[in-house]
Amino acid sequence: MLTSPRGAPLVNVQMLIFFAVLLSYPLWASSAGLYQYLGVEIAIFVIYALGFNLLLGYTGLPSFGHGAFLGVGAYAYGLWQSAFPNVFAGLLIAIVCAGLSAGIVALFLSHRRGIYFALMTIAFGQIFWFLSIKLRWITGGEDGLLNILRPEIDFRFTSINLSSNVSLFYLVAILLIAVILILWRVVHSPFGTALQAIRMNETRARFAGHRVWLIKWSVFTLSGAIAGLAGGLLCITQESAYPDVMSLHASGFVVMMTLIGGGFVSFWGPVVGAIVFILARDVIGAWTETWLLWYGLLFMAVMIVEPEGVVGVWRRIEARLKGKTAGVAPVSAAKREAV
Amino acid sequence: MNAPQPYFYAENLHKRFGDQVVLENITLGFEQGKVNGIMGPNGAGKSTCFNLLTGMYKPDRGRIVFDGEDITGLSPEAIARKGVSRSFQIINLFDEFTALENIMVALPRVRTAMSRVLWDLRGDSALMDEARDILVQVGLKGRESTRAADLPYGQRRALEIGVALAARPRIVFLDEPTQGLGSDGRVNLADLINELKRNYTLVIIEHDMSFLFGLAHKISVIHWGQVISEGTPDELMQNEWVRASDLGKVA
Repeated sequence: MLTSPRGAPLVNVQMLIFFAVLLSYPLWASSAGLYQYLGVEIAIFVIYALGFNLLLGYTGLPSFGHGAFLGVGAYAYGLWQSAFPNVFAGLLIAIVCAGLSAGIVALFLSHRRGIYFALMTIAFGQIFWFLSIKLRWITGGEDGLLNILRPEIDFRFTSINLSSNVSLFYLVAILLIAVILILWRVVHSPFGTALQAIRMNETRARFAGHRVWLIKWSVFTLSGAIAGLAGGLLCITQESAYPDVMSLHASGFVVMMTLIGGGFVSFWGPVVGAIVFILARDVIGAWTETWLLWYGLLFMAVMIVEPEGVVGVWRRIEARLKGKTAGVAPVSAAKREAV
Repeated sequence: MNAPQPYFYAENLHKRFGDQVVLENITLGFEQGKVNGIMGPNGAGKSTCFNLLTGMYKPDRGRIVFDGEDITGLSPEAIARKGVSRSFQIINLFDEFTALENIMVALPRVRTAMSRVLWDLRGDSALMDEARDILVQVGLKGRESTRAADLPYGQRRALEIGVALAARPRIVFLDEPTQGLGSDGRVNLADLINELKRNYTLVIIEHDMSFLFGLAHKISVIHWGQVISEGTPDELMQNEWVRASDLGKVA
């Protein structure tokens, strides 16, 4: 809560636990029945979902076309890599291109709210998806960009070959840690507080003198840039870039990840949601091809029983363990700070 | 010699929604350091007038001038940044924030620090003291940690005024501040306004005539979308229309 004169620490216990689990993943993955490539995928989608949650969970802006920026990042990385093979420059280009695309889209969105905002994100998402298929000479059309080889990164004193999934995992994990540390500061800054104020009452925020359209433009651009980073990493991982990630269908996944994890009530909601989503895909997918049907039912059940997602369930259990069994109030977004 | 212009004034404001004219040639002036009142029956156009003056709607015609600067057609945030603050008839708060957070988020040095990523509001005790002082001013001492949504109605009204004051305004517009308050709440609010008038220029729309007559220095009466009378409470009591209406019973 913001009432004690104590700021959020730069790093807290939850972060340290998460970082320890993350960085040790290659050591215990196989004994837990998991595999290295899965860890890379999860880490990438956690980055994507954390950036998306700035919009949905913090600002209350539902974007149903966010896959566009994941795709722009992937294509930008792939195209750059084909001409000038350099991983970090490629990732920077992915971030810049996705951020620019999001910034242009946000010019049209930042004065909108509610259903109008949501519909326009769908429309823009569809435009990007359509372009990715039709501009064959740039994007390779439905086949996508292929053969984007995972290069070796030369640090002079040592080198890392990204063709190893473990090496790639550590690259992604370090970037994920950087994203978490940066976003943690962002959400606790005046900007993060203003985002929450806009979610709660946009009109009041405007009359308090906040330039709401500029804040909405900025957060959309930032969120798009982070999606671009995730897209660039996805391109490295898959050694290709496909239009699928830009479809409306794929854009819906990040919404489901964020909601099922509890993005509205916790900074960690999208992290939990992305892990649950990718694991569900693999675990349920091992039983049946119709895994998405079962995941959809699971999503509906969670939303009906606990709209605040997995984090909400966890908090309810925690409260019960502490003996507060009677009348546990829904966790408010104001309590997000305690997480 | 021309008479000096009021601190805040509107000239010939005109507003129509579709084919309905809501305000027609409204001319109003508010004096600095005074409590200025606007009254009139339901549907007279008082709230629309407030919404024009504070930027929620743009007038079709006319101009609005604050401290010598034309603010006609500016956005609400631009007008707020020039020192015009307001409360709302229907309470408008950041419900999931605590009372203290509601104040903090409206402080000018927070809204102008959007790029300061390393500044955590919770870690700044001077900022929290500044916000706490405003809560004390509006009678909410001890409610710092209470979520706005959990405050009783009267305290939500007070917090609404607190959020308006947090923006460090030069003029404060209060839209029907007594709405929903019991008699004790009205007495407390009157005390608060008497305190505030020492430091702020206030403009109050009010339905409760006795409340407004007891506080305001000058009152404008709006009816049928026009200003039909203006003056001190005593002068208004001599007005034919006021005497003929329920307002006359106030005296």
